[in-house]
Amino acid sequence: MKTLFDKIWDKHKIVSEDDKDLLYVDLHLIHEVTSPQAFEGLRLNNRKLRRPDLTFATMDHNTPTIPEHRENVSDPLSREQLCSLEENCREFGVKLFDMSSENNGIVHMIGPELGLSIPGKTIVCGDSHTATHGAMGAIAFGIGTSEVENVFATQCIWQTKPKNLGVKVTGKSSANVFAKDIILKLIADNGVAFGTGYAIEFFGEAIEALNVEERLSLCNMSIEAGAKFGLIKPDQKTLDYIEGRPYAPQGDDFEQYKKDIEDLFTDSEQAYDKIITLDISDLKPQISYGTNPAMTVSLDQPFPQIETTEDTRAYQYMGLEPGMTAAQIPVEFVFIGSCTNGRINDLRIVAEIMQDQVIADNITCVIVPGSMQVLKQAEAEGLVDIFKEAGCEMRYPGCSYCLAMNEDRVEPGVHCASTSNRNFEGRQGEGSRTHLMSPYMAAKTAINGRIVDE
Amino acid sequence: MSRGIKQITSEAIVIFKDNIDTDILIPKNYLKTTKRTGFEKALFAPWRYDSQGKPIADFPLNMPENQGKKILIAGENFGCGSSREHAAWALQDFGIDIVIAGSYSPIFYMNYINNLKLPVVLGRTEREALIEADLPITVDLEAKTVSAGNLEYTFEIERDYRNKLIKGLDNIEEILIYEDLIEAYEAEYAK
Repeated sequence: MKTLFDKIWDKHKIVSEDDKDLLYVDLHLIHEVTSPQAFEGLRLNNRKLRRPDLTFATMDHNTPTIPEHRENVSDPLSREQLCSLEENCREFGVKLFDMSSENNGIVHMIGPELGLSIPGKTIVCGDSHTATHGAMGAIAFGIGTSEVENVFATQCIWQTKPKNLGVKVTGKSSANVFAKDIILKLIADNGVAFGTGYAIEFFGEAIEALNVEERLSLCNMSIEAGAKFGLIKPDQKTLDYIEGRPYAPQGDDFEQYKKDIEDLFTDSEQAYDKIITLDISDLKPQISYGTNPAMTVSLDQPFPQIETTEDTRAYQYMGLEPGMTAAQIPVEFVFIGSCTNGRINDLRIVAEIMQDQVIADNITCVIVPGSMQVLKQAEAEGLVDIFKEAGCEMRYPGCSYCLAMNEDRVEPGVHCASTSNRNFEGRQGEGSRTHLMSPYMAAKTAINGRIVDE
Repeated sequence: MSRGIKQITSEAIVIFKDNIDTDILIPKNYLKTTKRTGFEKALFAPWRYDSQGKPIADFPLNMPENQGKKILIAGENFGCGSSREHAAWALQDFGIDIVIAGSYSPIFYMNYINNLKLPVVLGRTEREALIEADLPITVDLEAKTVSAGNLEYTFEIERDYRNKLIKGLDNIEEILIYEDLIEAYEAEYAK
């Protein structure tokens, strides 16, 4: 009796030692921030990059989102990182989707989008949100730079096999509830470390009902629950999603591939080491009020009392008090984007709310598509026009305001309704105050000028 | 000279908070580099400096008596958040060879070990007793013990990682001993 995770793991296991297994890596995605020291390590030790054909690079963390700034990146340090990625990829023969590429985008966008991230693969990337790709039915996890270098040199990685945690999600949600609310609710109920030591498989009728892009949003935040791995069983929706994408198997190969992955499911719920459940029938939109993702409440629920020194510090940092509700947060900024919620599905939800509406006077709303493909699609569907007419700023893709490593940052003290994944102190810029929420609630906030669903 | 860790004795710096994330350990503005060193000043920057960039006198890392200490005692879920190995490098550059925490984010845990530094897991009561005792702490990786004065605790660590740290093994060499198996796998599944 095996879980989906066990099956993929076992197929990629080359050898075992006491507490760890050597896994073969099918896909290695890299970006400019966590790769330069790994390339340098190869050079210093005179090593080759073993499988450039399984390695793909993008520029995302540092990239400006204002189109004119992309031609000549003004921050010299950012520019150096971007240039060194370009030089490293050239030297080692790695395919790079640079800022001028029509396939450029956030690393966790482009994998699924290009058909690189498909069921059954092992996927690594020097970024903690790599579990995103697990939504395709893959084992995908974030690694550090030493491990990036290991994979460069050997295409393999030592890993201690985690236990299996089944997260069973049942019920039918109301129309204003999305994958983002599910993951925030799970973290609010179970804490920021409930997945530590586990691979999480999300399953149940509510997961099956989600479209593939919603599933990507869900798995994306596994790390916010402490889990390196999050995954979902591939189904017909997954296959429909990957069919015809440029790097996915084509034609007869695709037919064969479908047969090869037929056994990718968990044999029985008994195969999990632990199961937690969530019924989303009465779930309401979730909003974070504090400085970690577990500090989250339902839209109409008052913020809780202070219990720990961490709570005290969080309220102080956020300039909020126990007993207040989300509607009382003085929001000034709305960010829609990131590897969590920068997909076309997200922008469609936002556009539906913003159609023939104008954002509130107190709000600046910036929309950053996750990739060039999403931007092109949004333009083709007329969504960009809707956003512009509503008074939003439309940008080019990148990590942008999610981690504020490029020039995009939320000002100190400003409350930001954000579709990103982390509300840590200073995450969106020094002194910034992040409120995590779904794209639906972010759009509602932009229109209403406060965090309400009206 | 071996780069391994067998036994270290040092007083500890105490930052006894849960969920210390990697944005606190090293904020993104320090990540724009292509080097592996030079992160000493970046460690804990958001809590270590005021808005003018001046060191906050009573923050543990700034206290003169804490300079040169090799052990950090922290709370639960240490190193959560981003995968940035810069967090491990910043601890290393500051001179912290051992962290003693209740639990770790899995990515940070591997990053620290991959730099041949030791993440020790100890329960809250044990950590509180060590803090209370305020004595030099000896961490013995071979014996898997943490001791200070009359206190002595054992800790668990994966046998492979303990071996790696004691011997100071190189990450890539540890994989390449199985080159034949990797080639065989590639011939079958990954041409």
